[in-house]
Amino acid sequence: MILPSPSSADAVIAVTGLSRQFGSKAALDDVSLYVPRGCVFGLVGENGAGKTTLIKHLLGLFRAQSGAVRVFGLDPIAHTVEVLGRLGYLSENRDLPAWMRVDELLRYTEGFYPRWDRGYAEQLREQFALNPSARVRTLSQGQHAKLGLLLALAYRPELLLLDEPSSGLDPLVRRDILEAIIRSVAEEGRTVLFSSHLLDEVERVSDHLAMIHQGRVVFAGPLDQVKQSHRRLTLRFETALAAPPKLAGALSISGHGREWKVICGPANLETAAVAASLGAAVVEDQTPTLDEIFVARAGKEL
Amino acid sequence: MQLHVSTTDGLPIYLQIVNQVKHLVASGRLAPGDEIPPIRVLAAQLVINPNTVARAYLELERGGVVVKRHGSGTYVAESRSPLPPREKIKILTPRVDALLTEARHLDVPVPDVIKLVRERDNAMKSEP
Repeated sequence: MILPSPSSADAVIAVTGLSRQFGSKAALDDVSLYVPRGCVFGLVGENGAGKTTLIKHLLGLFRAQSGAVRVFGLDPIAHTVEVLGRLGYLSENRDLPAWMRVDELLRYTEGFYPRWDRGYAEQLREQFALNPSARVRTLSQGQHAKLGLLLALAYRPELLLLDEPSSGLDPLVRRDILEAIIRSVAEEGRTVLFSSHLLDEVERVSDHLAMIHQGRVVFAGPLDQVKQSHRRLTLRFETALAAPPKLAGALSISGHGREWKVICGPANLETAAVAASLGAAVVEDQTPTLDEIFVARAGKEL
Repeated sequence: MQLHVSTTDGLPIYLQIVNQVKHLVASGRLAPGDEIPPIRVLAAQLVINPNTVARAYLELERGGVVVKRHGSGTYVAESRSPLPPREKIKILTPRVDALLTEARHLDVPVPDVIKLVRERDNAMKSEP
């Protein structure tokens, strides 16, 4: 299922029909994705689903084997310098030179970006409580992440690409990181694409999202639409069932006895009708959480 | 103004904000003329998307709960809700239905529910 996407004209990122093989394994399979300007786009999926591979295409690190990738309307391979100069990137493993001091790394990075804002960098450094004379190797994992984000933000890029910005971090650091991202969106209207498997975080922070599963886009669109196109139905049967009922359109079914919980997609009306034909009553009909949608979708073979 | 949002119930985050602000106004913890935080401040405080806060504020403005004064901020409205009485009843009816259903399941008779409503009203009025 692909929900209606905005036209590619106002998209900061436009990916169409992108496929990529690693050996015999399809890492990305006919992926199309549009990220509108000014939105916070959450990319969700299990480990190995293809999120990082997709981000690497946006950075021009991988060439599209088939399909097209455009960032700011440009091909990131042909226009590497221009594209990379306008986006900020935080990699999953946050690889920073371990031997440098924080202030040295700031000065060094500044040299690459004509639009580097020294005052803003300093403000972020203080906000993140990073000691300028500390060596990168002595920083904690949380400080590492904050330093990486600082380096990606300090030249005020139009677009931020964040690969798992908060994975492996404690709740306090995670909050600091997310708060800084939100500030930068609220105050400067920046476009953000971030991958995460913390769905609670995605649900709070993003307004658009896409789920990738086994290299394919399972759904993409505004968060509200994605949520509203799924239902959580509680069915009550006349008599207890020994095995889960078979329902067309159901993504997952769990429960026992007389009551069963069903997560279903846009075909929910049909499911409700099928449920009625089985002699079950829909006793509850609610919008599921993103977590429930994700688990139901990921558990289902495509 | 202290709000709390959760992603574990199915209620959209913007509606959680709308409901909580309405509650704060109804209970007098937000008084007419009080300023509510700017969108970006509340977004950073709750760690949520600024567009979500903007949407909640728009909803509150449409409902007559808050007013936006251009260039200065958003304030709790001086006047009562401008909704016609019939609309107000329409909004309240499903909530009363939910309450009565729950009461019936718990074997609480209707007069006791009405008594409880009066008690809670008094309690809310005496909240700071």
